[in-house]
Amino acid sequence: MTDNISEETDVTAAVAIAEQKKKKERDAWSDLLASLSETRSKVDFSRLYEHFAPRVKAYIIRFGMPVAAAEELTQESMLAVWRKSHLYTRSKASASTWIFTLARNQCIDRLRREKAVEYELPEEEIDPDQRHYGEHAVLEERMSGAISKLPEAQAQVLYLSYYEGKSHSEISEQLGIPLGSVKSRLRLAFSKLKAHWGEEE
Amino acid sequence: MKISHHLDDATLMSRAAGALSEGMTLLVDSHLHWCKTCQTRAWEAECIGGDMLARIEPQAMSEGSLDSILGMLDGSEEIVAERSVKAQGSQEVPEPLAQVVGSDLDAIDWKRLGPGVQHFDFNFPGEGACRLLRIQPGVSIPHHTHKGNELTMILRGSYSDDMGRFCQGDVTDLDEEIKHQPIVDTGSECICLIATEAPLKFTGIMGRLAQPFIGL
Repeated sequence: MTDNISEETDVTAAVAIAEQKKKKERDAWSDLLASLSETRSKVDFSRLYEHFAPRVKAYIIRFGMPVAAAEELTQESMLAVWRKSHLYTRSKASASTWIFTLARNQCIDRLRREKAVEYELPEEEIDPDQRHYGEHAVLEERMSGAISKLPEAQAQVLYLSYYEGKSHSEISEQLGIPLGSVKSRLRLAFSKLKAHWGEEE
Repeated sequence: MKISHHLDDATLMSRAAGALSEGMTLLVDSHLHWCKTCQTRAWEAECIGGDMLARIEPQAMSEGSLDSILGMLDGSEEIVAERSVKAQGSQEVPEPLAQVVGSDLDAIDWKRLGPGVQHFDFNFPGEGACRLLRIQPGVSIPHHTHKGNELTMILRGSYSDDMGRFCQGDVTDLDEEIKHQPIVDTGSECICLIATEAPLKFTGIMGRLAQPFIGL
């Protein structure tokens, strides 16, 4: 009995240390990206590239692109990181979130073969006080550990949605569950992640 | 503008994941342009994507890819704006929609769909439908069938159904399991944007189904 408790404590402590380490890493990447528009350092860019390009490539492949196209789209996404780095705001989002949106847009553009209209959140109109950006950046870290703690059914719809870009209807067909269940699982996952986020609604 | 009907979290997650059709993305982004509440949630949904990217099992890039991109850096200039704005929005047309149809709802090339109903079909490639509907007072939105989700956003006027009253900027975010029959509830016409996951089929005899509903 005593052994069990101390084992659990050890595990909890180990998880906490691992999360702490991940947070430090995430912060370091975000800092590096934030300084890129000032330094225009190719060495720094290379480090970001070595870390993120293989992840972006994996994401694009899961999104349904052939490997060759994924490689090309990854290059385009990473080139966008270089060309748009002055648009990155450290307090607003982690490097990973920002790079994710760039890669996602590359995928959407390619899939639609229509680059005329690019949809972005209308960031320039947002009142910074309302968005609590700085606060969010801190809370984003807290949410991060929560994904791994989601129940299987919720993690599954999250993966099919974010990794494979599947619509609610496609997920419903693939899993053989009603459309309403897909949506409620996504909503539950979102609210759990937000609860970790510490947001009160 | 006071917006009281918002997007479903599940829809905002799909948007963040890049899993919405072109028409639905247009509608969601049009609503986001006007709705700060949903903007915050849309941003939160993107953060989930960022975390998913951080967690993914990496795939090695092919040899020489770093050198190849380093060679491209010098020739590439900074991109000044996040997006290019071709058309400004207006009181009735949020900017993302104005990019596609312009900022004047009255200048759109409306086609007759049935008694008291006109429409403009975006004809986006791919699955799903996206149209503007222009409905005269007292007329209900034409009865239609579809699979999957259906989004509607009000641009002018208002309508009511058993879930409440929907005014400019409001969205209904429904799936096939919910049946509703909205009706234009004032003396003015209603213009709304409607987007679905699957093709939209107008059913039956328009003359009968688009008839005014009395006593709602």
